[in-house]
Amino acid sequence: MTQTHDKTVESRPTVSLDMRRMILTNGVPILFLVLSITMALVAGLNITFLLNEVVTRLGRNSLLVLSLLIPVTAGMGLNFSIVIGAMAGQAAAIAVTYWRITGVQGFLLACLLSTPIAAIAGWLAGNVLNRAKGREMITSMILGFFANGIYQLIFLFLVGPIIPLKDPAMLLPQGIGVRNTVDLINISQALDKIWRPVIGGVRIPVVTLLVSAGMCVLIGFLLKTKIGQNLRAVGQDMHIAEVMGIKVDKTRIIAMILSTVIAGWGQLIFLQNIGTLNTYNSHEQVGMFSIAALLVGGASTRRATIWHAIAGVILFHTLFVVSPLAGQRLFGVPQIGEYFRVFVAYGIIAVALALHAWQGRQVRRQEIKEAMLTE
Amino acid sequence: MERAQQVLEMKGITKQYFGNTVLNDVSIDLYPGEIHALVGENGAGKSTLMNILFGMPVIHSTGGFSGEILIDGKKVELLSPAEAMQMGIGMVHQEFMLLPGFTITENIKLNRETTRKNALSRLFKSEFLDYLDTPAMRKDARHALDRLDMSIDEWLPVAGLPVGYMQFVEIAREIDKKEVKILVFDEPTAVLTETEADRLLGSLRRLAADGISILFITHRLDEVMAVADRITVLRDGEAVARLNKDEAVVERIAELMVGRRIEKVDLPPRDKEPGDEDLAFTIDNLMVDMPGEMVRGLSLSVRRGEILGIGGLAGHGKLGIANGIMGLYPASGRVSKNGDLIPLNSPEQVLLEGLAFVSEDRRGVGLLLDEPIERNIGVTAMQVQHKFLRPWPRFLSGLRLEDRKELRAYSEEMIRKLDIRCLGPTQPVRSLSGGNQQKVCVAKALALDPEILFVSEPTRGIDVGAKRLVLDLLVRLNREHNVTILMTSSELGELRKICDRVAIVYRGRLAGILPPDASDAEFGLMMAGRVRKEAI
Amino acid sequence: MMPRLKQTVEHIGVPRLIIAGFLAIIFVIAYLTDMSVPQLITDSLVRVGMNGILVLAMVPTISCGVGLNFGLPVGVLSGLVGALISMERGLAGFPGLLAAIVFAVPIAVVVGYLYALLLESVKGQEMMVGTYVGFSTVAVMCIFWLMAPFKNPELIWAIGGKGLRFTLTLGNHFGKVLNNFAVFQLFGVKISGGLLGFFLLFCLLIYLFYRTKLGIAMVAAGANPVFARSAGIDVRQMKAVGVVLSTVLAAVGIIIYAQSYGFLQLYMAPLMMAFPAVAAILIGGASLQKATISNVIIGTILFQTLLTTALPVTSRVIQGDISEVARLIISNGMILYALTRPTGGK
Repeated sequence: MTQTHDKTVESRPTVSLDMRRMILTNGVPILFLVLSITMALVAGLNITFLLNEVVTRLGRNSLLVLSLLIPVTAGMGLNFSIVIGAMAGQAAAIAVTYWRITGVQGFLLACLLSTPIAAIAGWLAGNVLNRAKGREMITSMILGFFANGIYQLIFLFLVGPIIPLKDPAMLLPQGIGVRNTVDLINISQALDKIWRPVIGGVRIPVVTLLVSAGMCVLIGFLLKTKIGQNLRAVGQDMHIAEVMGIKVDKTRIIAMILSTVIAGWGQLIFLQNIGTLNTYNSHEQVGMFSIAALLVGGASTRRATIWHAIAGVILFHTLFVVSPLAGQRLFGVPQIGEYFRVFVAYGIIAVALALHAWQGRQVRRQEIKEAMLTE
Repeated sequence: MERAQQVLEMKGITKQYFGNTVLNDVSIDLYPGEIHALVGENGAGKSTLMNILFGMPVIHSTGGFSGEILIDGKKVELLSPAEAMQMGIGMVHQEFMLLPGFTITENIKLNRETTRKNALSRLFKSEFLDYLDTPAMRKDARHALDRLDMSIDEWLPVAGLPVGYMQFVEIAREIDKKEVKILVFDEPTAVLTETEADRLLGSLRRLAADGISILFITHRLDEVMAVADRITVLRDGEAVARLNKDEAVVERIAELMVGRRIEKVDLPPRDKEPGDEDLAFTIDNLMVDMPGEMVRGLSLSVRRGEILGIGGLAGHGKLGIANGIMGLYPASGRVSKNGDLIPLNSPEQVLLEGLAFVSEDRRGVGLLLDEPIERNIGVTAMQVQHKFLRPWPRFLSGLRLEDRKELRAYSEEMIRKLDIRCLGPTQPVRSLSGGNQQKVCVAKALALDPEILFVSEPTRGIDVGAKRLVLDLLVRLNREHNVTILMTSSELGELRKICDRVAIVYRGRLAGILPPDASDAEFGLMMAGRVRKEAI
Repeated sequence: MMPRLKQTVEHIGVPRLIIAGFLAIIFVIAYLTDMSVPQLITDSLVRVGMNGILVLAMVPTISCGVGLNFGLPVGVLSGLVGALISMERGLAGFPGLLAAIVFAVPIAVVVGYLYALLLESVKGQEMMVGTYVGFSTVAVMCIFWLMAPFKNPELIWAIGGKGLRFTLTLGNHFGKVLNNFAVFQLFGVKISGGLLGFFLLFCLLIYLFYRTKLGIAMVAAGANPVFARSAGIDVRQMKAVGVVLSTVLAAVGIIIYAQSYGFLQLYMAPLMMAFPAVAAILIGGASLQKATISNVIIGTILFQTLLTTALPVTSRVIQGDISEVARLIISNGMILYALTRPTGGK
């Protein structure tokens, strides 16, 4: 092997090329950065207010967004069924509220409790998705809706007559079914208020942010282990991974279990921050908003990193905070801003999915071309 | 050669698929450090033999095989690829089993990663949580690449590597397995350029010199001559010859590969035999972009009223010809019928010109499997020639509906004429046997009243009795309806049985045209690209 | 005997049997608890006529190879715009309904064609992309409703004078014109000949379309694109035909739905419109690759009867409204069932 060949393989990019590539690969986050700044200026927002909101939301939402990373790595696309994990978290939150276990203990117990529920749900979801290879995303989305039906069945009709929960304050007037809102007084802010210094007018929920950071480290660690390598291999090509002796179905199920469990914890962090549980609504938008945030951060359906997740949460939620105010300022109609952010959430997912499909075809076309060139 | 103990002996291997004998009492053996070439046409049984050696599930799920396999003189049972791997058998796949997003090292060590324990993996007692030991993996990969004399950096991603390099990464993965002593190469040079192929052959020799025994499957005879110590020729599931390097000549191997008894049948004579003075169809410098079956500048004249056979080894483009002309793959060149140019790349235009095609991919291209027989027969003629349509309602002549009565009548006639065994014209074609499905394909083409009929692999995947019927049908069409037929087939025997002339394609071009009664050696050599003989 | 039974079960399909059995139980309970069975049937038939054309809109996309049309809101929104134009002009009764359809169809054709172009470029992911294209179109149209230049005071907010209302009453326009047309009684069941007749008319039109050269070409393109190409059919064009047809049906479907409901719902209301329609056709026995008119009719009857009867009947037995939960579980369970069934070749 001669030197000449190595050079062609490893081209050394120049600085200007680097810049261009950076802008190209980070087009989406840059666009949203510009959009957020413009809207913030239009809305004439107080910077401290904005920072407070964003930091709070970073703590509140990071874990949910991080829960999406592993299925992407395993090639299963965006896991819309993290709502199932969120439901597991809510079930646990309801339980500790009923048992009146307070503070950090209550929160930790809820996490502990949500884990087996989420793990079983994740195992089931993984099995379902293994039967729908190639259309995991739509299946996970429908799976989320389906699970929502089961969740409602349990909490509207089975709690009371079958599941013994006897606190009238938590039950609907007729004694069957959990109330629409549950005050999570016991675990409210349990994590946030441990240590919350104010720096430059911004309150920082240090422990919550540390938990998110810890999860980032854990996921980073996981991807450097044997199971991480298997996940990546399966994500690239199931067929090759199978031929090389990796148990593809099992690996994909593990990915779903991990994702669902992390989402359960994420929902608990979300709930302790909010302080109240909308029994039948809190989880509904979780999948969509987390996915939109991840995509705004520059991730795709095939590649998502921790940095995409963090940047995405910050950008998406900045937009979320400023757009109604910008709508009010610009058109005198705040709803325009609200609908705009709904549009952003849906639109970014639509665009990402379209790109995913389109790129998939380009790759295949390229492969065919290469195969023909070598003939 | 009778020196040491053989590494591998396969003795008296016989394998049947659903009553078809695909391997009959085949024996092959391998000495340490030997390169043993296994040659044969497609369908000769090479891949079945290798599947047996690898304990592939497909073998055991179809009733296993008889005969025995010995490794280092000891009898072994190979029930799964994993067991074969443990016994030291490695395989370089024909298609690359490489992950483009992984580095060369990661690919070489795929699912055999070197790992280190850490706190978490000890806590959960799970090897899954062990850290990857990247430096150690890179060292192993480097060593394997060095053995192949590859200086390429082991940390580069595989995506973007030239195809030839990918092949070497694949080989490096096999030799990195410490236990490997037998390596099987399945058509390794099929995707390589000539210089890359030469390098690969060099590596084969080097590996053999290291003591690894190599089983080399190919149909490129010059490569066989260049590296093989011994050669086994398979034909129709039997080992017809085993030659030592010094007794092998290309002509002899070619003859052994294709030779088969031809049952001489007397074809019905014509009033006037086709000749060069009356051409139905000419192809000039045809190029077709059909992956795996590229046509690269083929020229051919077809006589009116003849059955012209098109033969050649797989991958040389014989299938690309019909697919290209019929507009299914991008094509360029000049194709004319009765002197008029036919527009390429438009299936509709070609069909309107009176050409019809029975595809080699019966279930994929030829049929709407879940639709009834009559719909399958009628749909092309309806779309292209507006047959089987009637105005409805009467006063609105612009709007036309399917004429079920006419279609039913026509389908029933076809079912009778072609002897399609079915429950009736409304039976979905999926539930028909292969032979009857093929007849539906022919009926579909006939509904177009074609002047020229392309038929590709008409007997592939159908049983022996039905084969005969399909071939008889083609002869009848040719004699009774005066349809000019271009028949493409991998089975040289059937081409020689019913064709007036047989054109052989080599590397996307015409190698020559032979009469059906030419000798085996002539056919063999032409298919191996050894001679260029002009039309007879 | 047993294999024969098994064959029959397979032919009808397990999910359909379960739902039919469930329905039978509901009717038995209704009868035992002295509920008016004819009234239940009357209500169910209205719901069938109301939803039928929306379900019918699934057929063209399935048979042209695009799959379930989760982007149904795209067509629904076209229909809403058509209805609004008709209402803005102050048209009422049958002319109003007709005008709504006449205005909606050209919009649906254009929008459907654009949607088809998009779907063509995302081959293999049509269902997922369709879902979110539908969602984002609904969001965009929310902004449009707020800013649209409609002037009729019946349509816009009373206060502020800008933006359309959330829900518009159709009473003065074309509300219930079909429902109240050609109504007759049969065994105590009130049947709206106008509504059901209109649905059946559309079924017949689609059936005839599937017997034309174009319709047959479209089915061939969907069943086997390579076959279709080899038969000289332009597969892309056929897919566009299917998507446009589906979008047009969705536009007409929502107009019929609205006239039967008596209200036109704007803003986020069309968001989840696709899912009941998808569920209905799957319950009717369609798969991701194949759907027929009979799948539409059977599926709509089973699904809508179930939804209509579940609430009044179960509320006698169980406290609370279980029909919404049942709808979620059954419709999504049905879609999951279809998605996880093995498909040939893909």
